[in-house]
Amino acid sequence: MNIKQLLSSAAVAWVSTAFLVACEAPPPESVQRGPAGTGMALVYNSDDLSDVIANNIAPEASPQLPATGPKAGDIYQNVEVLGDLSIGQFTRLMTSITEWVSPEEGCNYCHVAEGFHLDTKYTKKVARVMIAMTQRANQDWGDHVGNVGVTCYTCHRGKNVPEYVWTNDPGRPHAPGIMTAGQNIASKNAAYSSLPNDPFSMYLEGDEATAKDLPWRVAGNTALPKGNNPANIKDTEWIYSLMMHFSDSLGVNCTHCHNTRAFYDWEQSSPERVRAWHGIRMVREMNNNFINRTTDWLPEHRKGPLGDPLKVNCGTCHQGAYQPLLGAEMIKDYPTLTRYDDATKAVYVDDVE
Amino acid sequence: MSLLSFEKKYRVRGGTLLGGDLFDFWIGPFYVGFFGVTTAFFAILGTLLIIYGAALGDTWNIWQISIAPPDLSYGLGLAPLQEGGLWQIITLCALGAFGSWVLRQAEIARKLGMGLHVPFAFSVAVLAYFTLVVIRPVLMGAWGHGFPYGILSHLDWVSNVGYQYLHFHYNPAHMLAVTFFFTNAMALSMHGSLILMATDPRDGETVKTGEHENTFFRDDIGYSIGALGIHRLGLFLALSAGFWSAVCIVISGPFWTKGWPEWWNWWLELPIWN
Repeated sequence: MNIKQLLSSAAVAWVSTAFLVACEAPPPESVQRGPAGTGMALVYNSDDLSDVIANNIAPEASPQLPATGPKAGDIYQNVEVLGDLSIGQFTRLMTSITEWVSPEEGCNYCHVAEGFHLDTKYTKKVARVMIAMTQRANQDWGDHVGNVGVTCYTCHRGKNVPEYVWTNDPGRPHAPGIMTAGQNIASKNAAYSSLPNDPFSMYLEGDEATAKDLPWRVAGNTALPKGNNPANIKDTEWIYSLMMHFSDSLGVNCTHCHNTRAFYDWEQSSPERVRAWHGIRMVREMNNNFINRTTDWLPEHRKGPLGDPLKVNCGTCHQGAYQPLLGAEMIKDYPTLTRYDDATKAVYVDDVE
Repeated sequence: MSLLSFEKKYRVRGGTLLGGDLFDFWIGPFYVGFFGVTTAFFAILGTLLIIYGAALGDTWNIWQISIAPPDLSYGLGLAPLQEGGLWQIITLCALGAFGSWVLRQAEIARKLGMGLHVPFAFSVAVLAYFTLVVIRPVLMGAWGHGFPYGILSHLDWVSNVGYQYLHFHYNPAHMLAVTFFFTNAMALSMHGSLILMATDPRDGETVKTGEHENTFFRDDIGYSIGALGIHRLGLFLALSAGFWSAVCIVISGPFWTKGWPEWWNWWLELPIWN
């Protein structure tokens, strides 16, 4: 091979690589996430980032109405979760919910003309559960939702059903004798890796007592293996799959929370890891104690193939942003969603705690 | 290592690229040359700066000493000495030393009247380093994307940068590089064992010839690449490993910012079945 051939084959190698890489254009945007030189950094393509910003704009808040005057629970019939609000507050919240969840269908998406108090439509009953769930998140899960909080819009974004939801996965049809082990398909759930494609049924649903025994801490706590780590490869793949979902949903990489030199060590992790720890528990409670409540009376077309309701995971709120709506503190304009009243507490919260 | 068989041929005047006859001398067995001087200058200065950086740091533990690059906020500008400026100067010293060494190898090759295989091969290793601390940081807009100079800290950096793209084993160029590294190791072990077999015969037997070596592999796997061929193959495998290593890191960040598993969606999106 002479020098010309050598150079031309090197050129071919470079060009074909560039082609296959499907080339994003440099420079990317990056955000440092740890001390200098640790390699902890988020890296974003500028065009993708513009899309994320465009997709995560909080809507304008409607004008506040007075908190004084008669209470909704005294004036209207069949008000279970918002009875403590003034008529003004109640009306504002109802119109806001309409804009957030059913802007095209309007009030009739939940209510019937024969009487707005009637629970004829399942959507009205779902809305009640969802309002209680939202209030619970804002009042008691501040460790996760912080000042950003949760409103209906956080998940719904003008759609009847939030875009990012999940149901138990029955697996795909496959040839007899093949063990699919719930993995090896390019699923968005696991950020298109070969990892298990339904980590949600395992980690984001089911009671706390069982959840404690799941494979969470699979990383050893010593620099070299000492034979004291009971986790096996399959255990590891399950939690890595859930972590891939975290990354994919928040548009971040592993170094957003972890210094990967020592996954076991909370001291070397960023504070966001603690926030995520609370988030896992919040989501599990939302699914167990609020959404799964609706299973018995939810219509079939709102259920998954195994008959369970559409549930929440990280992506439901985050939708590709490190904080929902990129940290817009929408909740401060909707104080009526920040706390539940005693009646709601008795029905929805007491049995959780 | 007294007089080697080729030393007579080596110890000749000329073949220098710079400096003419001025630095064309030996110190003991070592050829100096202009680039020997610059190598020594950059290597000593860089090493002293690392020691200075270690003195400013909080440990003398050889494993934990680390000279970190600047914060990303400094972008492609100069940073204060203790905030990554040391790293920037040490990087210059390293590149000066490695580049000088390449050129010194070239001068020696010219004295020996041989091809430039050795400096070319070493250049690929230098290219990989240059890619890590110059090309990629420049493409990403900050020196802070370079790796820290420390025995353990640079491994921690590798781990985190891998996790920046969720699962680095899905990086196609990384796949190629790893494959070349392993194939290189296999070829070297097969070649080494063959040479030991041929040159270290049992008691009462004689050293074997190349024909014996060829026969062994023809019997074993049906093909022998030959005595010259194995060295060409070895060079190709080793250089390819280094080359694709450089490619796999320079595409991570500048040309792909998401998880590497997602990159393979081009396969799912092919119009044949999509």
